[in-house]
Amino acid sequence: MSEAREPVTGIEAPVYLQYQFTAGRAPSRFLSALKQGRLTGQRCPGCSQVYIPPRGACPACGIATEEEVTLSNKATVQSFTIVYIPIPGNPIKPPYIVANLVPDGANISFIHLLSECVNEEVHIGQRVQAVWKPEAEWDYKMDNIIYYKPLDEPDVPVELIGKLGVDGREVQP
Amino acid sequence: MSPTEVLSEAFELGFTYTRSTGPVVGRFLTGLRDRRIEGVRASDGRVIVPPMEYDSDTAAALDDFVEVGQQGEIVSWCWVSEPRRAHPLQQPFAWAMIKLDGADVAMIHCVSAASESQLATGARVKVRWAEETRGHIKDIACFELAEVTQ
Repeated sequence: MSEAREPVTGIEAPVYLQYQFTAGRAPSRFLSALKQGRLTGQRCPGCSQVYIPPRGACPACGIATEEEVTLSNKATVQSFTIVYIPIPGNPIKPPYIVANLVPDGANISFIHLLSECVNEEVHIGQRVQAVWKPEAEWDYKMDNIIYYKPLDEPDVPVELIGKLGVDGREVQP
Repeated sequence: MSPTEVLSEAFELGFTYTRSTGPVVGRFLTGLRDRRIEGVRASDGRVIVPPMEYDSDTAAALDDFVEVGQQGEIVSWCWVSEPRRAHPLQQPFAWAMIKLDGADVAMIHCVSAASESQLATGARVKVRWAEETRGHIKDIACFELAEVTQ
């Protein structure tokens, strides 16, 4: 009784997971500072390493971190990848660059986008700077920083990446 | 350390999977779209619904499709008094193992009933088709008691 139709060869089987994400104390402070246009980390009282995003504890020493450090908008490329594959739902058009960046004043990298650059010229040790959204759009979100863009400064030698103070100079032990 | 309001917000993670159904499950789903339920005959003669691609004893590929009835009996069941968002029915219902007429094994589906007390092992149920069928297990909206007017 049914009209002739093509046989079924596939189904849509989406999975949607609904979470209530609670940031915790240290990440809440980090996000609150982001809303004010500041990038912050936390310094370990034991080893002096500065972590971003802060988690409230030093993974190396296993002790609580409380001292909050305002980090620079300048950062160094620690590593990067050029993404050529389009991902459904991603508003960013490939090819684009995802990089591990160490902001001046921190000792650990986080992941963000690099843009306003020639993809083929991006390299490890390159200096970059955060491009923030207009202040009116700031929220409790990392994407207040739209992306990082190249900075006209000398490269950082590989052995010094992750060892610069907030002023961009090497921290003397 | 200054006290900070701890931030919390709803967050949804979505995986927009699609699945290839293959020749056997694809045929089963095609049947559902046409409001038919098909199983497959195994090497020992049993009719398996939903159909399996390979025989559980001989591992041979199976292709002897058999249409089964749209009524059957409840083999076992479990009442869900508080359905969750992802459940197929939003009022209390039962998950049930249902052996369709002509089938030799039970398949799992949901049974709509006014209350738990209406259900029993051995109760006769019939398919309620979805208003629109599209080649998906949800083409069977649910089963309902065959001898009770709801």
